[in-house]
Amino acid sequence: MNIIVCIKQVPNTTDVKIDPETGRLKREGVESIVNPFDEYAIEEAVRFKEKYPGSTVTAISMGPPQAESALRQAISVGVDKGVLVCDRVLGGADTLATSYALSQAIKTLGAFDIIFCGKQATDGDTAQVGPAIAEALNIPHVAYVRKVESSDGKTIKVERLMEDGYDVIETNFPLLLTVVKEINTPRLPSLKGKMAAKKAQILTLTAADMKCDESRCGLKGSPTQVMKIFTPPQRQGGQKFTGGPEELAKTIVGKFKEIGII
Amino acid sequence: MEYFLTEEEQMMIETARAIAIEKMKPVREHYDEKEEFPWEIVKEFAQGDLCGVYIPEEYGGFGKGIMGLVLVVEELCKVDGAIALSLAATALGTLPILIAGNEAQKKKYLPDIASGKKLAAFGLTEAGAGSDATGMATTAIKDGDYYILNGTKCFITNGGDAETYTIFAKTNPQRGARGISCFILEKGMKGFDFGKKEKKMGIRASSTRELIFNECKVHKDQLLGKEGHGLMIAQATLDNSRPGVAAQALGIAAGALDEAVEYARKRVQFGQPIASFQSIQHMLADMATEVEAARALLYATARMIDANLNKPPREQKRTSKESAMAKLFCSETAMKVTTNAVQIFGGYGYSREYPVEKMMRDAKITTLYEGTSQIQKNEIALNLIKESAAKDK
Ligand SMILES: Cc1cc2nc3c(=O)[nH]c(=O)nc-3n(C[C@H](O)[C@H](O)[C@H](O)COP(=O)(O)OP(=O)(O)OC[C@H]3O[C@@H](n4cnc5c(N)ncnc54)[C@H](O)[C@@H]3O)c2cc1C
Ligand SMILES: Cc1cc2nc3c(=O)[nH]c(=O)nc-3n(C[C@H](O)[C@H](O)[C@H](O)COP(=O)(O)OP(=O)(O)OC[C@H]3O[C@@H](n4cnc5c(N)ncnc54)[C@H](O)[C@@H]3O)c2cc1C
Repeated sequence: MNIIVCIKQVPNTTDVKIDPETGRLKREGVESIVNPFDEYAIEEAVRFKEKYPGSTVTAISMGPPQAESALRQAISVGVDKGVLVCDRVLGGADTLATSYALSQAIKTLGAFDIIFCGKQATDGDTAQVGPAIAEALNIPHVAYVRKVESSDGKTIKVERLMEDGYDVIETNFPLLLTVVKEINTPRLPSLKGKMAAKKAQILTLTAADMKCDESRCGLKGSPTQVMKIFTPPQRQGGQKFTGGPEELAKTIVGKFKEIGII
Repeated sequence: MEYFLTEEEQMMIETARAIAIEKMKPVREHYDEKEEFPWEIVKEFAQGDLCGVYIPEEYGGFGKGIMGLVLVVEELCKVDGAIALSLAATALGTLPILIAGNEAQKKKYLPDIASGKKLAAFGLTEAGAGSDATGMATTAIKDGDYYILNGTKCFITNGGDAETYTIFAKTNPQRGARGISCFILEKGMKGFDFGKKEKKMGIRASSTRELIFNECKVHKDQLLGKEGHGLMIAQATLDNSRPGVAAQALGIAAGALDEAVEYARKRVQFGQPIASFQSIQHMLADMATEVEAARALLYATARMIDANLNKPPREQKRTSKESAMAKLFCSETAMKVTTNAVQIFGGYGYSREYPVEKMMRDAKITTLYEGTSQIQKNEIALNLIKESAAKDK
């Protein structure tokens, strides 16, 4: 089986700050990590490989040259190959342009059976890239997968986490899954994995390598405009009323009238 | 201190640290309290490729020698000195195969140990034969292609949980020290049973059991080295394994030191952190200096052993003295440092709510097994006398 996992390098959100002046993330001095949800995607991809001997897992990341370290980290926990999608032309991409570039990378690599993505990235947080890659490749996808119930390499049955329970969905290969953290416990890097990560050759793909249509890449190919990024104000504590039931009822009705609810 | 470790040595430390902190720390009290065997963590050691760090690559290991073993054991023991023993005692049980095994024996047993699929144990001690192994009563009497084992070993770490056992028995009781041989036994063999499990002061996540041999028939292919070479194999094993106990002691001491420094900074009495009292500072300073001295001695010893093993057999020298020094110094340091850590924690140090009382209990074993501190001193002194006498010639 050819298994692909898409991973994004993100700032370690436990210490991320937004610059109030520019509305940008303050990335200086912040450690870069593999998007936490993508660790579950990597683990699930590696478990698939272990289930189907002879399979290979390829991790793909689009980002600046330092995203290579995310790929090496993936190799240390069982991924076989790393592919870095890196080109100035791709900079400033929104989710549409990101998923276009990633889908071109996947096409360039050849035939595949299954693609894993995280549920969402902890910085951009849109959860759009996974499904959008599937659309660009014209394959089925299931988002928010919490369990792979069964798979015979032709069809797959998965559980999709919903707010009020879960759906059981059956669909065909090739396909794309985005996974939630309930799906597994990611393994820690092994010594042999770390050695492989150290030695691995990371393949770099440019927009030209992937035969990208430049008008669909980077800033040019991004219809989304970020107007402003801000931290929403903290919710205030609310107002507290005290007194007997009758008195309270009167005050509350009065308040409701005052703010126009009734 | 900077020890100029290689990139691969750093990797082993990082791998061990991640397992220690993420997997062992949350469960260490549980295993101490329940005295259960920590199989879930053994699986983590296996998954992380830690079980075979000292086993050559050709048998599926990582080929990083005694130094590799030392670094991994130290790092794990900073968090828990008992759980890590499953791995360290496996090394003790495996060394006789590495030292004296023929190619077929190595191929048969080492890969499963290196991958963590199987644990090993070392069976030397008996009720009547502790410091003096030659006093053993277990016999292995030749009968055609087989040896028939009878006797009881006691205090065997990983006993009952290990699959592979290196067992010492007398093939020729009349010949004393030259009548001992070493065999590889497997769990499940007819006539090989387990007796009582010891209830212990510390290292309670580690199992310590009796091994009972009752007309146990062992094929001659399971003999390690030559008949009568058992005691030599045991001594060579201990020369290589004592740094492992030293590493356990060092790890426990280093872990206790970290706890003590942190606590001293946070605990306020008389309106100030206790770390501001000079007597506490001096205790911490002594502890840190002792830990670092122990580490320097141990790493130097481990490097010496590995360099020695890489030489052609004729140029190899015994490293008994250095191994004994490292074990003696690290284990006595562990006792001092953990006792002082409890002192710095005050009454809280005596409570099971805090980790240092367990560290003190766990540390004590390191001055006892694989030869007590007194036996290490005997070994060191004996070598000093021999070296001096050799100069006279
Ligand atoms: C501070 C900030 C500024 C931004 N500025 C702009 C801007 O100016 N213009 C604009 O159009 N957009 C901007 N974006 C959005 C940015 O383009 C998105 O972060 C990106 O498209 C990925 O979307 P996401 O982070 O929401 O990922 P999600 O859709 O939440 O990610 C889901 C999954 O898709 C995969 N994935 C996502 N990204 C990658 C990747 N790069 N490589 C491999 N796999 C991936 C992973 O498996 C991930 O788990 C900005 C985002 C941030 C945080
Ligand atoms: C938890 C645990 C795990 C163990 N694991 C193993 C194992 O896996 N395999 C194994 O084979 N054994 C194992 N042992 C046994 C251990 O190695 C012995 O307990 C140890 O060697 C001491 O032997 P002993 O207990 O019989 O003490 P003794 O030999 O009876 O010693 C009693 C005291 O006399 C002192 N003494 C003895 N002889 C001399 C001397 N010549 N000069 C000065 N002082 C002397 C000792 O230092 C000690 O203080 C284990 C023991 C324990 C407690």
